[in-house]
Amino acid sequence: MYVAVKGGEAAIRNAHKLLADRRRGDRSVPALRLDQIVEQLGLGVDRVMSEGSLYDRELAALAIVQARGDLIEAIFLVRAYRTTLPRFGYTRPMDTATMQAERRVSATYKDLPGGQMLGPTFDYTHRLLDPELASGGDVAEPELRHAEPEAMPRVSDILGGEGLIEEDGPLPSGHVTGDITREPMEFPLDRDSRLQALSRGDEGFLLALAYSTQRGYARSHPFVGEIRIGEVELELDVPELDFPVTLGRIRVTECQMVNQFHGSAKIPPQFTRGYGLVFGQSERKAMAMSLCDRALRARELGEDITAAAQDEEFVISHSDNVQATGFVEHLKLPHYVDFQAELDLVRRMRAEHDASRAADGHKEAAE
Amino acid sequence: MAAFAAASGDELRKLAKASGLALDATPLRGPETGLVTVRGRIGGGGAPFNTGEATVTRATVQLPSGQVGHAYSLGRDREKVRLAATLDAVWCTPETRAAVEQKIVAPLVRMQAERDAKRHAETAATKVDFFTMVRGED
Repeated sequence: MYVAVKGGEAAIRNAHKLLADRRRGDRSVPALRLDQIVEQLGLGVDRVMSEGSLYDRELAALAIVQARGDLIEAIFLVRAYRTTLPRFGYTRPMDTATMQAERRVSATYKDLPGGQMLGPTFDYTHRLLDPELASGGDVAEPELRHAEPEAMPRVSDILGGEGLIEEDGPLPSGHVTGDITREPMEFPLDRDSRLQALSRGDEGFLLALAYSTQRGYARSHPFVGEIRIGEVELELDVPELDFPVTLGRIRVTECQMVNQFHGSAKIPPQFTRGYGLVFGQSERKAMAMSLCDRALRARELGEDITAAAQDEEFVISHSDNVQATGFVEHLKLPHYVDFQAELDLVRRMRAEHDASRAADGHKEAAE
Repeated sequence: MAAFAAASGDELRKLAKASGLALDATPLRGPETGLVTVRGRIGGGGAPFNTGEATVTRATVQLPSGQVGHAYSLGRDREKVRLAATLDAVWCTPETRAAVEQKIVAPLVRMQAERDAKRHAETAATKVDFFTMVRGED
């Protein structure tokens, strides 16, 4: 028997009204403005842009407020918004070598051209809570050092000069760049599609997998060749003009992971690489992405696939937190009919079980 | 066009207003907001891959003279992009190009250079100067 049920409209309406109230909180506390979130919770905004896969700081800030600070909910909102906009095209590939770097460090070379620039980092802080921030005192202006800008070649190019590291990551000529937002994913993926999925993947999931590779599950002996954070210019080819249009700049984080490789019959021993590139200042994510990228190249490099981090279908199918939260959270929505069927089945099985035990009992007593 | 795209809406509006240029134009397209897919390269210099998307607003306008102007910019500031398209059309008009260059493009380029120089100096102050100590006799 199936009974159609309607209802809950008023409850849902009131629940959403209550949500709006709780989101606003105590009315005697001033409401947050979007520019406050953009300026003062910038790394949360960056995470929403990176995993929402949409570069727009104000929209990400709006999503954070609307989601009451629940970043995965905010990412969901941004992803939903994306689908309402038309697409104008693909930009020319960013040139991260020309980045206006705000941070650039290498763990492999101390004295590399362009130097080690720490930038606005949490590294070397003592992780002690600062009670002065609670009272909102004035903050001093940063120090300035006037120096001629120096070129910052990529660390991979320095090693590349000696032929000790593999190339940047070519794909066969004639390869059409994959786009997982346009075509359904089919495994195995090419490295370009995999990087697209990783770039929007959940930071926590990728971090845990990256950590697992360091702990021995697909160990790859990684070194941070280089991390750089800064602004790069975007250019777009448009039909109405015969030159690429400059759209402005976006901030990205790039990580070049350098890994050991003992060589194979075809390839001499050399360093291999993992690559991470994400929107905003998201260093942990870029590092985790580069470790996962390297682990997922196991098949390409002829390595044994023994660990979760090397299993492409496992990693990529579960890295998207909007998909993951959708499937996990749908469990709380009404499943009354499904459950009724299960309940009926268990009752029948239980009755059969009891009947057969009773029959066995009679048999034993008779004997 | 690059200078207009890099400018904030407020900067552009202020300079346009102060320029005294005639900025009447009829819209041909937009302003409309959409997405571009941002591409990077594997390893920094290898094959392209799609990194994510960004909001972009574009507009095309026409001056009473018939001159057409285009503008594209990251973000969703439609008023700014409409103004940028108008300024592009005025720049494309030979008689007014010098005025746009002098009154709008040059100040924008200067402001951007100042912002970049400040940011560079802030970053340079965090550059590590290593002190190397020599030990042993060799």
